[in-house]
Amino acid sequence: MNWFFDIIRSSIGKKMMMAVTGLSFCIFLTGHLIGNLTIYKGKDAFNTYAEKLHSLGPLLTAAEIGLLLFAVVHVLSGTLLFIGNFYARPQRYVIKKSAGGRTVGSRTMPYTGFFVLLFVVFHLINFHFVDKTQQTIYLIVSNAFADPVYVFVYIAAMIIVAVHVSHGFWSAFQTVGANHPKYMPIVRGTAICFSLAIGVGFGFLPIYIFYMQ
Amino acid sequence: MSESKDKKAINLTLKVWRQIGPDVKGSLETYHAGDISTDMSFLEMLDVVNEGLIIEGKEPIAFDHDCREGICGMCGAMVNGRAHGPEKGTTLCQLHMRHFSDNDTIVIEPWKSRAFKIIKDLAVDRSALDLIIQAGGYISANAGGAPDGNAIPFPQESAEKAMDAAACIGCGACVASCPNASAMLFVGAKVSHFALLPQGRPEAVKRVLAMVKKMDECGFGNCTNETECEAECPKEISITNIARLNREYLKAGFL
Repeated sequence: MNWFFDIIRSSIGKKMMMAVTGLSFCIFLTGHLIGNLTIYKGKDAFNTYAEKLHSLGPLLTAAEIGLLLFAVVHVLSGTLLFIGNFYARPQRYVIKKSAGGRTVGSRTMPYTGFFVLLFVVFHLINFHFVDKTQQTIYLIVSNAFADPVYVFVYIAAMIIVAVHVSHGFWSAFQTVGANHPKYMPIVRGTAICFSLAIGVGFGFLPIYIFYMQ
Repeated sequence: MSESKDKKAINLTLKVWRQIGPDVKGSLETYHAGDISTDMSFLEMLDVVNEGLIIEGKEPIAFDHDCREGICGMCGAMVNGRAHGPEKGTTLCQLHMRHFSDNDTIVIEPWKSRAFKIIKDLAVDRSALDLIIQAGGYISANAGGAPDGNAIPFPQESAEKAMDAAACIGCGACVASCPNASAMLFVGAKVSHFALLPQGRPEAVKRVLAMVKKMDECGFGNCTNETECEAECPKEISITNIARLNREYLKAGFL
Protein backbone atom coordinates (compact mmCIF):
# COMPACT_ATOMS: atom_id res chain seq x y z
CA MET A 1 0.00 0.00 0.00
CA ASN A 2 3.05 2.28 0.15
CA TRP A 3 2.63 3.19 -3.49
CA PHE A 4 -0.93 4.32 -2.78
CA PHE A 5 0.05 6.67 0.04
CA ASP A 6 2.97 8.01 -2.03
CA ILE A 7 0.50 8.93 -4.76
CA ILE A 8 -2.12 10.58 -2.57
CA ARG A 9 0.50 12.39 -0.49
CA SER A 10 1.96 14.05 -3.61
CA SER A 11 0.79 17.49 -4.72
CA ILE A 12 -1.20 16.00 -7.61
CA GLY A 13 -2.63 13.29 -5.34
CA LYS A 14 -3.95 15.85 -2.87
CA LYS A 15 -5.47 17.84 -5.73
CA MET A 16 -7.10 14.67 -7.07
CA MET A 17 -8.73 14.12 -3.70
CA MET A 18 -9.98 17.72 -3.72
CA ALA A 19 -11.39 17.18 -7.21
CA VAL A 20 -13.11 13.86 -6.57
CA THR A 21 -14.64 14.90 -3.24
CA GLY A 22 -15.54 18.34 -4.62
CA LEU A 23 -17.33 16.90 -7.65
CA SER A 24 -19.20 14.54 -5.32
CA PHE A 25 -20.36 17.58 -3.34
CA CYS A 26 -21.61 19.11 -6.61
CA ILE A 27 -23.71 15.99 -7.20
CA PHE A 28 -24.93 16.17 -3.58
CA LEU A 29 -25.84 19.86 -4.00
CA THR A 30 -27.87 19.00 -7.10
CA GLY A 31 -29.82 16.33 -5.21
CA HIS A 32 -30.26 18.58 -2.19
CA LEU A 33 -31.57 21.43 -4.36
CA ILE A 34 -34.03 19.22 -6.27
CA GLY A 35 -35.36 17.94 -2.94
CA ASN A 36 -35.64 21.42 -1.45
CA LEU A 37 -37.53 22.74 -4.46
CA THR A 38 -40.53 20.72 -3.22
CA ILE A 39 -41.02 23.66 -0.79
CA TYR A 40 -42.57 25.55 -3.71
CA LYS A 41 -45.21 22.79 -3.99
CA GLY A 42 -46.26 23.48 -0.42
CA LYS A 43 -45.92 22.27 3.13
CA ASP A 44 -47.16 18.72 2.54
CA ALA A 45 -45.00 18.06 -0.49
CA PHE A 46 -41.89 19.14 1.47
CA ASN A 47 -42.80 17.05 4.52
CA THR A 48 -43.54 14.00 2.33
CA TYR A 49 -40.16 14.43 0.60
CA ALA A 50 -38.41 14.55 4.01
CA GLU A 51 -40.30 11.49 5.21
CA LYS A 52 -39.43 9.54 2.07
CA LEU A 53 -35.79 10.52 2.46
CA HIS A 54 -35.74 9.36 6.08
CA SER A 55 -37.50 6.10 5.21
CA LEU A 56 -34.35 5.13 3.32
CA GLY A 57 -32.91 4.29 6.75
CA PRO A 58 -29.48 2.66 6.60
CA LEU A 59 -28.99 3.86 3.02
CA LEU A 60 -29.33 7.45 4.20
CA THR A 61 -26.96 6.84 7.12
CA ALA A 62 -24.40 5.35 4.72
CA ALA A 63 -24.71 8.41 2.47
CA GLU A 64 -24.30 10.70 5.47
CA ILE A 65 -21.19 8.87 6.65
CA GLY A 66 -19.84 9.01 3.09
CA LEU A 67 -20.44 12.75 2.91
CA LEU A 68 -18.80 13.29 6.29
CA LEU A 69 -15.78 11.25 5.22
CA PHE A 70 -15.52 13.20 1.96
CA ALA A 71 -15.83 16.46 3.87
CA VAL A 72 -12.96 15.47 6.17
CA VAL A 73 -10.79 14.57 3.16
CA HIS A 74 -11.74 17.78 1.31
CA VAL A 75 -11.07 20.04 4.30
CA LEU A 76 -7.85 18.28 5.33
CA SER A 77 -6.24 18.16 1.88
CA GLY A 78 -7.45 21.70 1.17
CA THR A 79 -5.81 22.92 4.37
CA LEU A 80 -2.56 21.08 3.58
CA LEU A 81 -2.50 22.54 0.05
CA PHE A 82 -3.23 26.03 1.41
CA ILE A 83 -0.40 25.82 3.95
CA GLY A 84 1.96 24.39 1.29
CA ASN A 85 1.12 27.20 -1.10
CA PHE A 86 1.61 29.80 1.62
CA TYR A 87 5.13 28.53 2.31
CA ALA A 88 6.00 28.18 -1.38
CA ARG A 89 6.48 31.96 -1.59
CA PRO A 90 7.89 33.13 1.75
CA GLN A 91 8.75 36.55 0.38
CA ARG A 92 5.80 38.25 -1.34
CA TYR A 93 6.02 40.61 -4.30
CA VAL A 94 5.78 44.34 -3.61
CA ILE A 95 3.52 44.57 -6.65
CA LYS A 96 1.70 41.61 -8.19
CA LYS A 97 -0.89 41.92 -10.90
CA SER A 98 -3.07 39.31 -12.54
CA ALA A 99 -2.53 38.53 -16.22
CA GLY A 100 -6.24 37.78 -16.49
CA GLY A 101 -6.18 34.13 -15.49
CA ARG A 102 -7.56 34.46 -11.97
CA THR A 103 -11.26 34.78 -11.25
CA VAL A 104 -13.15 35.88 -8.15
CA GLY A 105 -13.71 32.18 -7.47
CA SER A 106 -10.11 31.03 -7.87
CA ARG A 107 -8.73 33.95 -5.87
CA THR A 108 -10.94 33.32 -2.86
CA MET A 109 -11.05 29.48 -2.89
CA PRO A 110 -9.47 28.81 0.55
CA TYR A 111 -11.43 31.61 2.23
CA THR A 112 -14.81 30.77 0.71
CA GLY A 113 -14.05 27.15 1.57
CA PHE A 114 -13.50 28.07 5.21
CA PHE A 115 -16.79 30.00 5.34
CA VAL A 116 -18.63 27.10 3.68
CA LEU A 117 -17.29 24.81 6.41
CA LEU A 118 -18.55 27.17 9.13
CA PHE A 119 -21.88 27.42 7.35
CA VAL A 120 -22.27 23.64 7.02
CA VAL A 121 -21.75 23.25 10.78
CA PHE A 122 -24.27 26.06 11.44
CA HIS A 123 -26.72 24.55 8.93
CA LEU A 124 -26.50 21.06 10.45
CA ILE A 125 -27.10 22.45 13.96
CA ASN A 126 -30.14 24.34 12.61
CA PHE A 127 -31.86 21.65 10.63
CA HIS A 128 -30.19 18.30 11.18
CA PHE A 129 -29.45 17.96 14.88
CA VAL A 130 -32.85 19.17 16.04
CA ASP A 131 -35.72 17.36 17.66
CA LYS A 132 -37.91 16.23 14.78
CA THR A 133 -40.32 14.14 16.83
CA GLN A 134 -42.40 17.09 18.04
CA GLN A 135 -42.44 19.19 14.86
CA THR A 136 -42.38 18.66 11.10
CA ILE A 137 -39.36 19.70 9.07
CA TYR A 138 -41.47 22.36 7.33
CA LEU A 139 -42.28 23.92 10.70
CA ILE A 140 -38.59 23.94 11.69
CA VAL A 141 -37.63 25.57 8.38
CA SER A 142 -40.43 28.14 8.41
CA ASN A 143 -39.71 29.07 12.04
CA ALA A 144 -36.05 29.59 11.24
CA PHE A 145 -36.70 31.75 8.19
CA ALA A 146 -39.25 33.90 10.00
CA ASP A 147 -36.15 35.57 11.40
CA PRO A 148 -34.63 38.01 8.87
CA VAL A 149 -31.16 37.42 10.35
CA TYR A 150 -31.38 33.76 9.31
CA VAL A 151 -32.60 34.76 5.85
CA PHE A 152 -29.64 37.11 5.48
CA VAL A 153 -27.09 34.55 6.75
CA TYR A 154 -28.40 31.87 4.40
CA ILE A 155 -28.42 34.13 1.34
CA ALA A 156 -24.88 35.31 2.11
CA ALA A 157 -23.79 31.69 2.57
CA MET A 158 -25.34 30.69 -0.77
CA ILE A 159 -23.46 33.47 -2.56
CA ILE A 160 -20.23 32.21 -0.98
CA VAL A 161 -21.03 28.61 -1.98
CA ALA A 162 -21.76 29.73 -5.57
CA VAL A 163 -18.42 31.60 -5.77
CA HIS A 164 -16.62 28.51 -4.42
CA VAL A 165 -18.35 26.20 -6.89
CA SER A 166 -17.75 28.53 -9.87
CA HIS A 167 -14.03 27.70 -9.66
CA GLY A 168 -14.25 24.28 -8.05
CA PHE A 169 -16.46 22.71 -10.69
CA TRP A 170 -14.29 23.32 -13.77
CA SER A 171 -11.10 23.04 -11.73
CA ALA A 172 -12.01 19.47 -10.76
CA PHE A 173 -12.26 18.51 -14.44
CA GLN A 174 -8.84 20.03 -15.14
CA THR A 175 -7.32 18.23 -12.14
CA VAL A 176 -8.56 14.78 -13.13
CA GLY A 177 -7.12 15.47 -16.59
CA ALA A 178 -10.43 15.98 -18.39
CA ASN A 179 -9.27 18.97 -20.41
CA HIS A 180 -9.80 19.13 -24.14
CA PRO A 181 -9.64 22.35 -26.17
CA LYS A 182 -12.99 21.42 -27.74
CA TYR A 183 -14.85 20.76 -24.49
CA MET A 184 -13.15 23.02 -21.95
CA PRO A 185 -15.17 26.13 -22.86
CA ILE A 186 -18.34 24.03 -22.31
CA VAL A 187 -17.06 22.82 -18.93
CA ARG A 188 -16.17 26.38 -17.88
CA GLY A 189 -19.56 27.65 -19.06
CA THR A 190 -21.30 24.83 -17.20
CA ALA A 191 -19.39 25.79 -14.05
CA ILE A 192 -20.79 29.33 -14.23
CA CYS A 193 -24.34 28.08 -14.95
CA PHE A 194 -24.14 25.44 -12.22
CA SER A 195 -22.89 27.92 -9.60
CA LEU A 196 -25.64 30.37 -10.58
CA ALA A 197 -28.25 27.60 -10.35
CA ILE A 198 -26.98 26.64 -6.89
CA GLY A 199 -26.79 30.24 -5.68
CA VAL A 200 -30.16 31.31 -7.06
CA GLY A 201 -31.89 27.96 -6.43
CA PHE A 202 -30.95 27.74 -2.75
CA GLY A 203 -30.81 31.51 -2.19
CA PHE A 204 -34.44 32.16 -3.10
CA LEU A 205 -35.82 29.52 -0.76
CA PRO A 206 -35.32 31.54 2.46
CA ILE A 207 -36.80 34.64 0.76
CA TYR A 208 -39.83 32.64 -0.41
CA ILE A 209 -40.41 31.15 3.04
CA PHE A 210 -39.94 34.55 4.73
CA TYR A 211 -42.58 36.20 2.55
CA MET A 212 -45.00 33.21 2.60
CA GLN A 213 -45.60 33.61 6.31
CA MET B 1 22.81 59.67 -41.43
CA SER B 2 19.82 61.86 -40.79
CA GLU B 3 17.98 61.40 -37.58
CA SER B 4 14.46 60.02 -38.05
CA LYS B 5 11.76 62.52 -37.14
CA ASP B 6 9.69 60.06 -35.12
CA LYS B 7 12.62 58.98 -32.97
CA LYS B 8 11.31 59.06 -29.44
CA ALA B 9 12.97 59.06 -26.10
CA ILE B 10 11.29 58.70 -22.73
CA ASN B 11 12.20 59.38 -19.13
CA LEU B 12 11.42 56.79 -16.52
CA THR B 13 11.55 56.28 -12.79
CA LEU B 14 12.65 52.77 -11.92
CA LYS B 15 12.07 51.05 -8.60
CA VAL B 16 14.42 48.09 -8.70
CA TRP B 17 14.75 45.25 -6.19
CA ARG B 18 18.30 45.37 -4.82
CA GLN B 19 19.60 42.50 -2.76
CA ILE B 20 23.33 41.93 -2.28
CA GLY B 21 23.11 38.19 -1.61
CA PRO B 22 20.83 35.18 -1.17
CA ASP B 23 20.29 35.47 2.57
CA VAL B 24 20.29 39.22 2.88
CA LYS B 25 17.17 41.35 3.08
CA GLY B 26 16.43 43.19 -0.14
CA SER B 27 14.47 46.35 -0.88
CA LEU B 28 13.31 48.57 -3.72
CA GLU B 29 15.72 51.34 -4.75
CA THR B 30 14.71 54.24 -6.97
CA TYR B 31 16.68 55.15 -10.10
CA HIS B 32 16.16 57.61 -12.89
CA ALA B 33 16.39 56.31 -16.47
CA GLY B 34 16.62 59.37 -18.68
CA ASP B 35 16.50 59.70 -22.45
CA ILE B 36 15.62 56.06 -23.12
CA SER B 37 15.01 55.35 -26.80
CA THR B 38 11.66 53.62 -27.34
CA ASP B 39 13.44 51.29 -29.78
CA MET B 40 15.43 49.80 -26.93
CA SER B 41 14.59 46.49 -25.36
CA PHE B 42 13.94 46.36 -21.62
CA LEU B 43 17.38 44.81 -21.04
CA GLU B 44 19.07 47.51 -23.13
CA MET B 45 17.35 50.08 -20.95
CA LEU B 46 18.81 48.32 -17.89
CA ASP B 47 22.23 48.34 -19.62
CA VAL B 48 21.98 52.13 -19.96
CA VAL B 49 21.02 52.51 -16.31
CA ASN B 50 23.92 50.23 -15.30
CA GLU B 51 26.42 52.28 -17.34
CA GLY B 52 25.28 55.34 -15.41
CA LEU B 53 25.64 53.49 -12.11
CA ILE B 54 29.15 52.29 -13.00
CA ILE B 55 30.23 55.85 -13.91
CA GLU B 56 28.88 57.03 -10.55
CA GLY B 57 30.94 54.30 -8.88
CA LYS B 58 27.88 52.39 -7.74
CA GLU B 59 27.15 48.69 -8.01
CA PRO B 60 25.28 47.92 -11.26
CA ILE B 61 21.96 46.03 -11.16
CA ALA B 62 22.56 42.29 -11.59
CA PHE B 63 20.15 40.62 -14.01
CA ASP B 64 20.14 37.38 -16.01
CA HIS B 65 20.35 37.46 -19.78
CA ASP B 66 21.93 35.53 -22.60
CA CYS B 67 20.61 35.32 -26.18
CA ARG B 68 18.43 38.45 -26.05
CA GLU B 69 16.38 36.88 -28.86
CA GLY B 70 13.61 35.43 -26.73
CA ILE B 71 14.70 31.82 -27.11
CA CYS B 72 17.15 30.95 -24.32
CA GLY B 73 14.94 31.45 -21.26
CA MET B 74 17.66 33.15 -19.26
CA CYS B 75 16.11 36.59 -18.73
CA GLY B 76 13.04 37.40 -16.73
CA ALA B 77 11.79 39.73 -14.03
CA MET B 78 8.51 40.98 -12.65
CA VAL B 79 7.73 44.29 -14.35
CA ASN B 80 4.97 46.19 -12.54
CA GLY B 81 3.80 42.90 -11.05
CA ARG B 82 3.73 40.96 -14.35
CA ALA B 83 6.22 38.24 -15.32
CA HIS B 84 8.25 39.44 -18.35
CA GLY B 85 6.18 42.63 -18.37
CA PRO B 86 2.71 43.41 -19.65
CA GLU B 87 3.00 42.12 -23.24
CA LYS B 88 1.62 38.69 -24.15
CA GLY B 89 3.92 35.89 -25.29
CA THR B 90 7.09 37.92 -24.75
CA THR B 91 10.31 37.40 -22.83
CA LEU B 92 11.82 40.36 -21.00
CA CYS B 93 14.50 40.82 -23.70
CA GLN B 94 11.79 41.10 -26.34
CA LEU B 95 9.79 43.66 -24.37
CA HIS B 96 10.47 47.02 -25.99
CA MET B 97 10.39 50.41 -24.36
CA ARG B 98 7.78 51.62 -26.89
CA HIS B 99 5.24 49.90 -24.66
CA PHE B 100 5.97 52.44 -21.93
CA SER B 101 5.12 56.13 -21.74
CA ASP B 102 7.13 59.15 -20.73
CA ASN B 103 7.40 59.63 -16.95
CA ASP B 104 6.20 56.10 -16.18
CA THR B 105 7.27 54.49 -12.94
CA ILE B 106 8.36 50.89 -13.42
CA VAL B 107 8.72 48.47 -10.51
CA ILE B 108 11.17 45.65 -11.29
CA GLU B 109 11.38 42.62 -8.99
CA PRO B 110 13.05 39.21 -9.35
CA TRP B 111 11.10 35.92 -9.56
CA LYS B 112 10.14 35.12 -5.98
CA SER B 113 9.49 31.59 -4.72
CA ARG B 114 10.90 29.26 -2.09
CA ALA B 115 12.33 27.01 -4.82
CA PHE B 116 14.12 29.91 -6.57
CA LYS B 117 16.76 31.60 -4.45
CA ILE B 118 17.71 35.18 -5.29
CA ILE B 119 21.43 35.23 -6.11
CA LYS B 120 21.70 39.00 -6.39
CA ASP B 121 19.23 41.78 -7.31
CA LEU B 122 17.21 40.38 -10.24
CA ALA B 123 19.37 37.28 -10.82
CA VAL B 124 17.63 34.14 -9.56
CA ASP B 125 18.86 30.57 -9.09
CA ARG B 126 16.46 28.40 -11.11
CA SER B 127 18.42 25.17 -10.77
CA ALA B 128 15.35 23.57 -9.14
CA LEU B 129 13.98 23.32 -12.70
CA ASP B 130 17.21 21.55 -13.75
CA LEU B 131 16.80 19.10 -10.85
CA ILE B 132 13.31 18.23 -12.17
CA ILE B 133 14.76 17.62 -15.65
CA GLN B 134 17.53 15.49 -14.13
CA ALA B 135 14.88 13.40 -12.37
CA GLY B 136 13.35 12.25 -15.64
CA GLY B 137 13.13 14.88 -18.35
CA TYR B 138 15.10 12.88 -20.87
CA ILE B 139 15.01 9.73 -22.98
CA SER B 140 17.73 7.16 -22.22
CA ALA B 141 17.91 5.93 -25.79
CA ASN B 142 20.80 3.65 -26.65
CA ALA B 143 22.63 5.34 -29.47
CA GLY B 144 22.88 3.02 -32.44
CA GLY B 145 22.77 3.66 -36.15
CA ALA B 146 20.55 6.55 -37.22
CA PRO B 147 17.00 5.21 -37.75
CA ASP B 148 15.28 5.62 -41.11
CA GLY B 149 13.07 8.66 -41.44
CA ASN B 150 9.37 7.80 -41.00
CA ALA B 151 10.29 4.33 -39.70
CA ILE B 152 7.84 4.96 -36.84
CA PRO B 153 4.46 6.05 -38.23
CA PHE B 154 3.34 9.04 -36.19
CA PRO B 155 0.50 11.52 -36.74
CA GLN B 156 1.45 15.09 -37.55
CA GLU B 157 -1.11 16.43 -35.05
CA SER B 158 0.60 14.70 -32.12
CA ALA B 159 3.99 15.87 -33.36
CA GLU B 160 2.65 19.46 -33.33
CA LYS B 161 1.33 19.07 -29.78
CA ALA B 162 4.69 17.68 -28.63
CA MET B 163 6.40 20.59 -30.36
CA ASP B 164 4.09 23.10 -28.63
CA ALA B 165 5.07 21.60 -25.28
CA ALA B 166 8.74 21.50 -26.26
CA ALA B 167 8.59 25.27 -26.86
CA CYS B 168 9.10 25.70 -23.10
CA ILE B 169 12.36 27.57 -22.52
CA GLY B 170 12.36 26.96 -18.75
CA CYS B 171 12.45 30.66 -17.88
CA GLY B 172 10.42 30.18 -14.70
CA ALA B 173 7.74 32.77 -15.49
CA CYS B 174 5.05 30.17 -14.71
CA VAL B 175 6.42 29.74 -11.19
CA ALA B 176 6.91 33.50 -10.77
CA SER B 177 3.40 34.41 -11.90
CA CYS B 178 1.61 31.55 -10.12
CA PRO B 179 -0.08 32.79 -6.94
CA ASN B 180 1.06 29.49 -5.38
CA ALA B 181 4.57 29.45 -6.92
CA SER B 182 3.74 26.13 -8.57
CA ALA B 183 5.89 24.63 -11.34
CA MET B 184 3.08 22.57 -12.85
CA LEU B 185 3.15 24.28 -16.25
CA PHE B 186 6.88 23.64 -16.58
CA VAL B 187 6.58 19.99 -15.51
CA GLY B 188 3.40 19.63 -17.59
CA ALA B 189 5.20 20.89 -20.68
CA LYS B 190 8.24 18.65 -20.14
CA VAL B 191 6.16 15.53 -19.40
CA SER B 192 3.82 16.23 -22.34
CA HIS B 193 6.72 16.79 -24.70
CA PHE B 194 7.89 13.20 -24.15
CA ALA B 195 4.53 11.56 -23.41
CA LEU B 196 3.22 12.57 -26.83
CA LEU B 197 6.14 11.05 -28.74
CA PRO B 198 6.54 7.30 -29.36
CA GLN B 199 10.18 7.51 -28.24
CA GLY B 200 9.04 8.88 -24.88
CA ARG B 201 6.41 6.23 -24.10
CA PRO B 202 8.66 3.41 -22.80
CA GLU B 203 9.82 5.52 -19.84
CA ALA B 204 6.58 7.51 -19.41
CA VAL B 205 5.58 5.91 -16.08
CA LYS B 206 8.99 6.23 -14.44
CA ARG B 207 9.42 9.76 -15.79
CA VAL B 208 6.19 11.31 -14.55
CA LEU B 209 6.49 9.78 -11.06
CA ALA B 210 10.11 10.91 -10.69
CA MET B 211 9.55 14.43 -12.02
CA VAL B 212 6.49 15.12 -9.84
CA LYS B 213 8.33 13.72 -6.79
CA LYS B 214 11.27 16.02 -7.45
CA MET B 215 8.95 18.98 -8.07
CA ASP B 216 7.35 18.44 -4.64
CA GLU B 217 10.76 18.02 -2.97
CA CYS B 218 12.03 21.29 -4.43
CA GLY B 219 9.40 23.24 -2.50
CA PHE B 220 7.19 24.45 -5.32
CA GLY B 221 3.56 25.18 -4.48
CA ASN B 222 0.49 23.27 -5.59
CA CYS B 223 -1.48 24.11 -8.71
CA THR B 224 -4.95 25.47 -7.97
CA ASN B 225 -5.84 26.12 -11.63
CA GLU B 226 -5.50 29.88 -11.41
CA THR B 227 -4.27 29.79 -15.05
CA GLU B 228 -1.97 32.76 -14.49
CA CYS B 229 0.94 30.66 -15.83
CA GLU B 230 -0.75 30.12 -19.19
CA ALA B 231 -1.44 33.85 -19.48
CA GLU B 232 2.16 34.84 -18.65
CA CYS B 233 4.13 32.09 -20.44
CA PRO B 234 6.34 33.75 -23.07
CA LYS B 235 5.84 30.66 -25.25
CA GLU B 236 2.08 30.62 -24.57
CA ILE B 237 2.10 27.02 -23.39
CA SER B 238 -1.43 25.85 -22.61
CA ILE B 239 -2.69 24.37 -19.34
CA THR B 240 -3.92 21.38 -21.38
CA ASN B 241 -0.35 20.23 -20.73
CA ILE B 242 -1.04 20.33 -16.97
CA ALA B 243 -4.17 18.22 -17.55
CA ARG B 244 -2.04 15.77 -19.55
CA LEU B 245 0.49 15.68 -16.69
CA ASN B 246 -2.39 14.89 -14.30
CA ARG B 247 -3.60 12.10 -16.61
CA GLU B 248 -0.09 10.68 -16.99
CA TYR B 249 0.39 10.81 -13.21
CA LEU B 250 -2.94 9.07 -12.56
CA LYS B 251 -2.13 6.40 -15.13
CA ALA B 252 1.37 5.89 -13.79
CA GLY B 253 0.20 5.82 -10.18
CA PHE B 254 -2.85 3.62 -10.36
CA LEU B 255 -2.40 1.38 -13.42
